[in-house]
Amino acid sequence: MTLLSIENLTLAIHGTPILKGISLDIPEGEITALTGESGSGKSMTALATIGLLPKGETTTGTITFDGANLLFLPESQMCDLRGREIGMVFQEPMTALNPVQTIGAQVMETILIHKAMPPDKAEERAREVLARVGLPPDRFPLSRYPHELSGGQRQRVVIAMAIALRPRLLIADEPTTALDVTTQAQILDLLKRLVKEDGMALMMITHDLAVVSDMADTLNVMRHGEIVEAGPTVEVLREMRHPYTRALFEASRHQADLGDAKADAPLLSVQNVSRDYPLPRSSLFGTRPQFRAVKNVNFEIRRGERVGLVGESGCGKSTLTRAILGLEPVQAGQITLDGDPVWQDSHPNLTVRRKMQVVFQDPYGSFNPRHRVSRLITEPFHLLPDPPRGAARDAAIAEALTAVGLKPEDAERHIHAFSGGQRQRIAIARALIIKPELIVFDEAVSALDVRVRAQILDLMANLSSAYGLTYLFISHDLSVVRSITDRVMVMRAGEIVEDRPTADIFASPDHPYTRELMNAAPQLPDFPEVQDAPHLTF
Amino acid sequence: MLGYILKRLISLAISLIVASVVIFVVVEIAPGDPASFMLGINAQPDTVAALRTELGLDQSKLDRYLSWVSGMLTGDFGTSYTYRTPVSQMIADRMWVSLPLALYALTLSTLIAFPAGIFAAARRGGAGDLAVTGATQLGVAIPNFWFAMMLVLIFAINLRWFSAGGFPGWDKGFWGGMKALTLPAIALALPQAAILTRVMRSSLLDILGEDFMRTARAKGLSSRQALWRHGLRNALIPVLTIIGLQFAFLLAGAIIIEQVFFLPGLGRLIFQAITQRDLIVVESVVMLLVFAVIVVNFLVDLAYAAVDPRLRTRT
Repeated sequence: MTLLSIENLTLAIHGTPILKGISLDIPEGEITALTGESGSGKSMTALATIGLLPKGETTTGTITFDGANLLFLPESQMCDLRGREIGMVFQEPMTALNPVQTIGAQVMETILIHKAMPPDKAEERAREVLARVGLPPDRFPLSRYPHELSGGQRQRVVIAMAIALRPRLLIADEPTTALDVTTQAQILDLLKRLVKEDGMALMMITHDLAVVSDMADTLNVMRHGEIVEAGPTVEVLREMRHPYTRALFEASRHQADLGDAKADAPLLSVQNVSRDYPLPRSSLFGTRPQFRAVKNVNFEIRRGERVGLVGESGCGKSTLTRAILGLEPVQAGQITLDGDPVWQDSHPNLTVRRKMQVVFQDPYGSFNPRHRVSRLITEPFHLLPDPPRGAARDAAIAEALTAVGLKPEDAERHIHAFSGGQRQRIAIARALIIKPELIVFDEAVSALDVRVRAQILDLMANLSSAYGLTYLFISHDLSVVRSITDRVMVMRAGEIVEDRPTADIFASPDHPYTRELMNAAPQLPDFPEVQDAPHLTF
Repeated sequence: MLGYILKRLISLAISLIVASVVIFVVVEIAPGDPASFMLGINAQPDTVAALRTELGLDQSKLDRYLSWVSGMLTGDFGTSYTYRTPVSQMIADRMWVSLPLALYALTLSTLIAFPAGIFAAARRGGAGDLAVTGATQLGVAIPNFWFAMMLVLIFAINLRWFSAGGFPGWDKGFWGGMKALTLPAIALALPQAAILTRVMRSSLLDILGEDFMRTARAKGLSSRQALWRHGLRNALIPVLTIIGLQFAFLLAGAIIIEQVFFLPGLGRLIFQAITQRDLIVVESVVMLLVFAVIVVNFLVDLAYAAVDPRLRTRT
């Protein structure tokens, strides 16, 4: 039975059209997925449903829930529906909870605000519902604060808050995007179980086709504020009538053409490296306990090799990266590039430093917005004893921009004029400009939409054959690493548990943890006829 | 939590020691010999020397520093060079004016700023918000001595509700004292309230944009309920910082207002002491003010921990 029915919904915010006539039905007891790239309007559809749109919005059409049009319902009645009939789970569990209130108080609040039961009963229900989402009260008492929980546990608390009153509709907006694959798998299982047990309807919003392919009953593909294709998930994925669906699917499992591996002399050598962090003192005058984030790590990267480093958050991969880049000293062992140590006499070794560059994850936060592109990408020049000036500098800028698929004229523009994908190209140009021996890509494609990601991976592959690049590609995502590396290292709890050629690892993972990672990663179904998809340009 | 307090206490003690050294050194460097200043320009050299011995100025610097500090620890702040009375007595008399005045002004400023800031933040961009932010601009811009004179003109001279200045002393009754401090406290509180309102407003607006506020709305809280239950406590940290700074300022920085209202407060005492080279008074009052500032900061740190559980577990 249809629980929620959206008909011809349009939305404009301060006059800018966001949704252009969306229609969809969400039946009870089923999972309805909305997928598409950022800016397609999927989150706005959810916010319109729960009545939390940003200011300056104008809507037309109807959203019918329980016989009432939610768009015309007065705010007091919407407040009554939210949390009781319609629950919502958001993307970022680290910030979705109030840091100064206990988890018990926050779960109980959902119950008490609707005066659903007296406080003592509400407390009992809070315990029940937390246990139900996998946080049993003996290990996770109500008195815990959010900062004492991990990301996955916090997301469980958010889900507990949303389902405490057994709502008939649950909206989940990218509920697992910020989580590790193994945690993601658990949260997805939890959501599926809740839908099955309570017969509730789930509106599931995600950019990741693989996540919904084996869980959603119905799939709606959105683009530029419209639903371009909708239907039962299996059917949509099998037939892919709309070219955009096809393009998304293709891009999701895109394999860059990396070319043959060249492995020459060793370039980077990491020997018995350990990295400790001091922990807070347990007593005032005792010695400070240490946390060993990287434990006795050994590996080599040869010139021309493309190596992946995979692990979940907190496994030590970022710590290891900072040590390799010479940003922090190590407590044991040595890291050398071309035979020279990256850290010498309690200083980063500048002669080595200029042979390495890094590309970071966030294409929005890693540029100074007040500088022009020419200045941004020439920043590494300060590492050189004699940086190029005048015409030589302009030539270097033009070459770097051309190499990443931009135009030399772009040098005079500011960073806000570029999209996320273009910014990541600029970040790569910044790394390339001093022709480094080694580039570290630190989650460099994790924040990008699938199609943009596919383009950037292709760019890396091309650059790698054109310039003979050596790089270390760090990611939490196995599927990305697969297409872009010759060799993969899997890291867990500060140790490298597996280090083998990429093809071998994916064919037969040795370590149980590698297998766990692979099983947890959501898979796209294989439909052979998609192979001959038409070439699309965007 | 205990570790947190202990750590704060240790840093409090270190700050006090460093401050005492700095104050002593700075006052030593300042030109002007108290003994010759007290005796005037026609004094005989041997009279000056005798007075220097009497005041203890001929001892080594280290001895003088140590006797100054150990004296303060036992409550003996020395004897004023000019008035020949114990400094501790002078400070105590003035403290009974300055401390109530500072607390009075701070209470007023907080009572104005909290509702005004919350009101403005809840109506961001609306007419109420514009009115409040406009008023705070004015409050920051108006010099408080001018505002004080206007208060005197209106409430003391025209309406005759309050006296124009002076302080009757607490022994004449609590309300009489409070009445005498009311106009000065309002004059002091106005710019502080304006600043605090702005901090409260912007801090709340930051919090209103947080993800957990949206989560609260999704649970069914109205925007007002979300603001009161989840916004306010989170917005309090920057506000507490400003309140701490303001208290320290009000305690010592009321000198102009004390002058306008003829109040015998700490600000006037230190001003007179400086013009008369009464170094021992200057040192002691400054040290006392530093002590007050550091203690207030310590209390603010404790308040942080009370507000934010994340600080309690970090030691």
